[in-house]
Amino acid sequence: MNSSVLDKRMELTDIVGQLNDGMTIGIGGWGARQKPMALIREIVKSDLKDLTIVSYGGCDVGMLASARKIKKLVFSFVSLDAIPLEAHFRRARSAGEFEVMEVDEGMFQLGLKAAAQNLDFLPCIAGLGTDVMTYNADIKTIKSPYSEDHYVAMPAIKLDVALCHVTEADQRGNSWIGGPDMFFDEWFCRAADKAFLTCERIVETSAFNDDHKILRMPIERNLVAGVAEVPFGAHPTSCGPDYGFDVAHLKAYSATAKEGWEGYVSEFIQADDYVKSVGGEDHIRSLPLPAF
Amino acid sequence: MSTDYTLAELAIVAASEIFRDETPEVFATLIGTLPKLAGYVAKETFLPGMMMSDGIYYLAAEPVPVGPRGDYPIKKEGRIGYERVFTLIAKGNRHAFVGPVQVDKYGQMNLSCIGDYATPKVTMLGVRGLPGNTVNNRTSMFFANHNKRALVEGEVDMVSGAGYNPARYPKGKYPRGLDHRQIVTNLCVLDFEGPNNAIRVRSLHPGVSFEEVQDNTGFDLVRPDDIPTTAAPTRQQLDIIAKWDPKNLRSYIFKDNPPGVRAS
Repeated sequence: MNSSVLDKRMELTDIVGQLNDGMTIGIGGWGARQKPMALIREIVKSDLKDLTIVSYGGCDVGMLASARKIKKLVFSFVSLDAIPLEAHFRRARSAGEFEVMEVDEGMFQLGLKAAAQNLDFLPCIAGLGTDVMTYNADIKTIKSPYSEDHYVAMPAIKLDVALCHVTEADQRGNSWIGGPDMFFDEWFCRAADKAFLTCERIVETSAFNDDHKILRMPIERNLVAGVAEVPFGAHPTSCGPDYGFDVAHLKAYSATAKEGWEGYVSEFIQADDYVKSVGGEDHIRSLPLPAF
Repeated sequence: MSTDYTLAELAIVAASEIFRDETPEVFATLIGTLPKLAGYVAKETFLPGMMMSDGIYYLAAEPVPVGPRGDYPIKKEGRIGYERVFTLIAKGNRHAFVGPVQVDKYGQMNLSCIGDYATPKVTMLGVRGLPGNTVNNRTSMFFANHNKRALVEGEVDMVSGAGYNPARYPKGKYPRGLDHRQIVTNLCVLDFEGPNNAIRVRSLHPGVSFEEVQDNTGFDLVRPDDIPTTAAPTRQQLDIIAKWDPKNLRSYIFKDNPPGVRAS
């Protein structure tokens, strides 16, 4: 066999080069935690448009919204955790700049899990009695074949591409999530035709010959099409245990929702050296891990 | 009984009572300063088996102090990442104590947006887990400002959390897990023990009248013949609150941190 198929290392620009207008893109992480922000910045800089974005949303959604990349948003919430409401999302959503599919957090994961198993839907009762059913007229209820109960048939959320940020990966696409919660990165990858990972560091495969690490490796490598090494690639979101989210940066970013965010784009997103532009490696390493 | 307590402390202790009839090892989700401290009072007085998270990932073996805690090491007893949370929500043995933006006479809640859905006047968080919480778990609510913008006339703008509104369910049948318990506000405690789960005044905070509560509510409240006054905190309860809130974040729960008994 050709061993080069097991070298999946890529540059950020090459990953974004694999994306097309109109694609449905799932983004791993949660709120202001473990988001593949380096890839998001690369998409902001690109000509991509009309994307359907699927995310437990944070500043990934806010930035793509203000960059006018979103045609439709599939979400349960958009939040920066320490800052409960996401200013860019709020502005764009209130202006009606994109369509929405707003569902319960549990429905959302079932949609990914249905897609991951090639099912049309998975049943649940979340959604019953709410306007989730009013505003998503294509989500049907079904009667149980076994009782008189009625369920919501949460449709599969099929993704063209999943983008996630992990702590370590090898060139084959094996990966280790070092932060406490692995969130739903696994299910984004399983629901997608192709998954791309960014990581804090590329390691040798032998680094994963470790019974403790293996417990935190939910994404098998044949789900992964490409891996890019991007130290601090989740900033300004957190990437435990290495660094927390950057509240001061997120506050400054939030303030640009009202006044226009061109300055933010030129100062940070288009910076030649992003890490330096936000205060350097030592600053990011010193950011405390989230606590509530 | 102590007479030297704040409205926040009174409301925390009143809110701890929402857990009085809970199962011995209920998983309580406590979002915000008041719900957390209320849960802690319950855990340390009558519900020692209550399970709770650190708000991030771990099951906490004992309460976690509210607010910034520096290097304070939380005591862990397990893990409770989001994927597991969603699984246990569907199983049902959970009590979610939440702070929505609006509630209506059915107990329906809004956390999504105000105004037209396509172009909302105000965009908030999104429905989050409220749809699943409300049809699977016991639900209680906290409102820091009891007024007609929060306790609204008609239905809430976007029904994010389900309630006792038969028109919204297949064949009008409530899901098995629909079980709203209490609403704690700066004026009173409400429950769902009126006819057909109608919202009823359960107790009035000292110095508050039924009329004042009704005047600040967008729907008709059920008025029992005798409405008790919300019980004053005990010394033990106040000590528990102080222990887990060393930075006095509870002084920010209500505007101007008023006393528990209104000055007459």
